Amino acid sequence: MSARIVVAGASMAGLRAAEQLRAAGWTGTITLIGDEPHMPYNRPPLSKEVLAGKAPFESLAFRPRASVSDVEWRLGTKAVAARLSDRIVELDDGEALSYDGLVIATGMRPRRLNCPGPRAGRHTVRTLDDAQGLREALTRPGARVVVVGGGFIGCEVAATAVGLGVAEVTVVDPLPLPMVGPLGELLGRALLKRHEERGVRFVLGAGVAGFEGEEHVTGVVLADGTVLPADVVVESVGSLSNVEWLDGNGLDLSDGVLTDELLRVGGRPEVVAVGDIARFPNARYDGVPRRVEHWCIPTDTAKHAAKALVAHLTGGGTEFGPFAPLPTFWSDQHEFRLQSFGAPALGRDDVRVLDGDLDGDVVAGYHSAGRLVGVVALGGHAAASAAARYRAELLKQPVPTAQGTH
Amino acid sequence: MKVVVDMNKCQDHGQCVFAAPDVFRLDDNGRLAYVSDPDDALLDEVEEAADVCPLQAIRIEA
Repeated sequence: MSARIVVAGASMAGLRAAEQLRAAGWTGTITLIGDEPHMPYNRPPLSKEVLAGKAPFESLAFRPRASVSDVEWRLGTKAVAARLSDRIVELDDGEALSYDGLVIATGMRPRRLNCPGPRAGRHTVRTLDDAQGLREALTRPGARVVVVGGGFIGCEVAATAVGLGVAEVTVVDPLPLPMVGPLGELLGRALLKRHEERGVRFVLGAGVAGFEGEEHVTGVVLADGTVLPADVVVESVGSLSNVEWLDGNGLDLSDGVLTDELLRVGGRPEVVAVGDIARFPNARYDGVPRRVEHWCIPTDTAKHAAKALVAHLTGGGTEFGPFAPLPTFWSDQHEFRLQSFGAPALGRDDVRVLDGDLDGDVVAGYHSAGRLVGVVALGGHAAASAAARYRAELLKQPVPTAQGTH
Repeated sequence: MKVVVDMNKCQDHGQCVFAAPDVFRLDDNGRLAYVSDPDDALLDEVEEAADVCPLQAIRIEA
């Protein structure tokens, strides 16, 4: 039997890993295991075009490269355990798959609110099935929507709901501003203003204590006792890593899967992690391992991890540079876009307007120790183009060593 | 090689321009323009561009 790499997880990160294993020269068997029944698809439209009814599933499906036409897809199947010392992954159908190389790409699932009240009427947005269910609920006449969590997903869903004509859309968050984690105060405030001008209500600095209703949600109870009437609740309160199947192998699973600078796991050169489950050090910044849930990361990590894994399995060298991706994210809300390059979250304490003004197209620069570490544009094409001009500067900066910055 | 961009999907993110500047560019109005029959030597960067397109609007035909 030919040598095999098992890719646990068949979403974007799993697909990109398979493609990059081939690109790195792997000619052996590749088996992908995915718990969803669907072939890999692009998730960003789920909170926007799919909710708005503008994108059917066929338009979301990735087009796998020809090089992976011979890989084995085990969809609707889940990895439930692993014995790394025996190089075996166990599946929920009872099969035990042996491997020569393992790619961990099992990603995240939505965190749920753990408070009393009915479950019916409460939605998350992670999968195609989630988005289709939420769309049905949002398009019922007179729907009153409460979005719990004002991050990326929450802000996008609120904007899409308003665009669908939903009259009452309220975002609740314990933090004082929407997306304040990735954006900081200056742009968080500008974002709040734009949402409010377009009809989204915000209840900020407020926690959720429970839900009202018998079978189905009729309201959201806040910590101070206030009740917000609601037929549709969207829980966009972050995500949890799908790491349980790796328990018992002595790995650091405290926040995703800890990797080294080559995305290798647990000191095992035959095991790598990719996508938003990988907690990796980025040599461009401070070398502190972090998980990054941006869309660019599955592709970036897959490329680097595949090279390292194939080099190990085929006896090649690993003399390629340290993993130092320039992160990028975007978010489309109403008719405007947020576009980021670099790591703004590392420079939230020193934010300056670089171009434009906060009421129109604006580019904000995020600095750490006086150095530009990230830019975020808010507005239309002009803002995004202006931000792109700083991308070269962010890329040009020498990649610091792990101990060189903080 | 032939490059096809689904302009109904394209939202002018410009990630392809970073990946393959010889093939893709944004014009003065921020709209995508591209070379539809680039040299085969550019395959690597065009594949990279197709990978990083947020809308997955780029198709490569041999």
